[in-house]
Amino acid sequence: MSGLSISRRGLLAGVSAVGASAALSACGAKTGSDTSSDAGVKGDTSGSTVRVGLLNSLSGTMAISEVTVHNSLLLAVKEINAAGGVLGKKLDPISQDGASDWPTFAEKAEALIKDDKVVATFGCWTSSSRKAVKPVFERYKSLLFYPVQYEGLEESPYIFYTGATTNQQIVPALDYLKKQGLTKLYLVGSDYVFPRTANKIIKAYAKAKGMTVVGEDYAPLGSTEFSTIVNKVKDSGADAVFNTLNGDSNVAFFKEYKSSGMTAKSMPVLSVSIAEEEVKSIGTQYLEGQLTAWNYYQTTPGAANTKFVAAYEAAYGKGKPTSDPMEAAYISVYLWKEMVEKAGSFEVAAVKGASDGIKLAAPEGEVTVDGASQHVYKTARIGKVGADGLITEVWNSGKPIKPDPFLKGYDWASGLS
Amino acid sequence: MTTTTEPVKAVTPHNPPPTPLLERLRVPSAFALGAVLLLGIAPLALSDFRLALLAKYLCYAIVAVGVSLAWGRGGLLVLGQGVFFGLGGYAMAMHLKLADAADTGQKLPDFMQLYGTGDALPWWWEPFANPLFALAMTVVLPMAVAAILGFLVFRRRVKGAYFAILSQALAAALSIWLIGQQATTGGTNGLTDIQGFFGYSLDDPVNQRMVYFVIAAVLLLLMLLARQLFVSRYGELLVAVRDSEERVRFLGYNPANVKLVAYVVAAGMAGLAGALFVPAVGIISPALIGIVPSIGFVIGAAVGGRASLVGAVLGAIAVAWAQSTLSDAFPAGWTYFQGLLFVVAVGFLPGGLASLWTVARNRRKATTSSGSEVTA
Repeated sequence: MSGLSISRRGLLAGVSAVGASAALSACGAKTGSDTSSDAGVKGDTSGSTVRVGLLNSLSGTMAISEVTVHNSLLLAVKEINAAGGVLGKKLDPISQDGASDWPTFAEKAEALIKDDKVVATFGCWTSSSRKAVKPVFERYKSLLFYPVQYEGLEESPYIFYTGATTNQQIVPALDYLKKQGLTKLYLVGSDYVFPRTANKIIKAYAKAKGMTVVGEDYAPLGSTEFSTIVNKVKDSGADAVFNTLNGDSNVAFFKEYKSSGMTAKSMPVLSVSIAEEEVKSIGTQYLEGQLTAWNYYQTTPGAANTKFVAAYEAAYGKGKPTSDPMEAAYISVYLWKEMVEKAGSFEVAAVKGASDGIKLAAPEGEVTVDGASQHVYKTARIGKVGADGLITEVWNSGKPIKPDPFLKGYDWASGLS
Repeated sequence: MTTTTEPVKAVTPHNPPPTPLLERLRVPSAFALGAVLLLGIAPLALSDFRLALLAKYLCYAIVAVGVSLAWGRGGLLVLGQGVFFGLGGYAMAMHLKLADAADTGQKLPDFMQLYGTGDALPWWWEPFANPLFALAMTVVLPMAVAAILGFLVFRRRVKGAYFAILSQALAAALSIWLIGQQATTGGTNGLTDIQGFFGYSLDDPVNQRMVYFVIAAVLLLLMLLARQLFVSRYGELLVAVRDSEERVRFLGYNPANVKLVAYVVAAGMAGLAGALFVPAVGIISPALIGIVPSIGFVIGAAVGGRASLVGAVLGAIAVAWAQSTLSDAFPAGWTYFQGLLFVVAVGFLPGGLASLWTVARNRRKATTSSGSEVTA
């Protein structure tokens, strides 16, 4: 056999290759060494247009939700261009598909920053995709605008969060349930980071405010088998269900819920991931009378919203609903524009510096950027699903709530992080 | 494909006829070419970003080396390599997260401070603070799991589809378990935001290149190791077991042990690939080790040619590259294309693209003689 001698010779070559690569490694920077003087990768502002990145899942399981966000981002970019652009430069949107796959998100974020030299990026939906791209934006010192309500407990210097954090959605929802006398809760959620973190917060709140959590169940993402969970809910004697299920699972859950004889009157379900688009796909008959917690509904009054809804329908077809994440995406582009214009520059540090106090008459009402946390002041709104599939507001927080991603202003949450 | 001459060849591996010089130089020169391409030309020709992508593809190629051994040579349809990839990846990521935390003076990795229940490190995390232990675990852990599973399974003569389903179930189980243990595993997010690699900052492009060189070198070394296994007496035995397990048993060998070795070695390679994937990509999560990625690991090998080492490696790289590139142009169509590729490769070209040449040559030969060629 000649194989053995070949391998021995090759092995030697291979070992020397490893040695060579180890020698090469000697010149890299060590961890903890100061890289803050490093300017990162700057966006290209030399031409008459500037590129902005749109990073959404256009394929895969998340596409159904993220395409609507993508559409809203494109709508905002188009409107801004029609009105003359930003600092006299038109925006050139570069779409990248995250494909519902978290390393792909990181890879595409890097492509946007390094190859396309974008001045800012808008997008991501799931926490996992945001966590995957966060180090990329931090490494290259580039900005990401993240438009979806999330589980809080994060502040990245290179991310602006235009969706709600927990004290603008989950905490007000609990306040509302408590006020209604619904104090025994059953928690149902998909098995991922948002529901698990949300439920931790809910349990801490319940313990401090005299509410009780009578059950807690998680279904794998995409699961459609809910007979066991629904039976447990039915026998639990709960006053209400706090629902953090995501996507398709809601269809199966609400069908099972209705067929087991429970209704919005006998045991209301408050959902934090069901917006107008989802109501349509689940079926209004299963959801009528159930509660939702968001910061925006298609029915939210105000001139800015009338304009947004009409523009969206004109661009994407009559009857296409608008939802909270879509609105948060839409305003994220406008908020960035305001920041750039206040700063008079596309420079990341200048834009960040100009962000505090930026106000916008948004479709959801007035929003203000909190420069310290890079989150947005938002009004919490509890809604009820109507027979027409639209959600109407039954309660709101009265004024925009200051974002508090780490729940530092709440005594009962002190043990959480 | 299978002819009756093969088992005969398997029991008489010695006394080969003298091979011509050209034939003898074919393998080393191909290897040298590969080494020059990977270690010399690619780092010069590609931008930092493209090189980082190539590093990721090479990790998949390392898994494919193992798949080629276990499936191509051993006939074991390993549809659960995600488990071993994940074990290796998590072992490495756990160490890197602990090192990052120590660098910034924290006691716990960032996600544990957010989602964890207490302020003590879980006991099973503690040994991973030691770099040598963690490095060893990236290979030992997957191999141990494979050894236990393989021991139980091959003894009972579980094979074919049952073995494939079993390995899939294991992949699903591990990813579900990781999601459930959010406080200690990071849940669906996995372990992300990795800053350093054994003291070197991953923010520095020079160090990212270093990671690439390490991955490329490991791939080349493992290909050599696999090649040596292929041409050894063991390699012949493995092919014999694949083609006629009963006959090998009758000859006095224990096929269970033969298969076990291939399975365990393939698992170790997948573990190493997972460990290298972490510094290259900066993330390991349950979504990367479940059923779908596990199938993905064999698609590349199937398309390129599972029984051919070079075919499997190139197939894995090509499919990963195509996924990155084509998914931009046809976001919704890519998955269908990938599925179609798999069906076509398995249905019409079982030897993969690597056998294209042989198939064509045989077709020409078929008119004159009926001799069949065993693909290497």
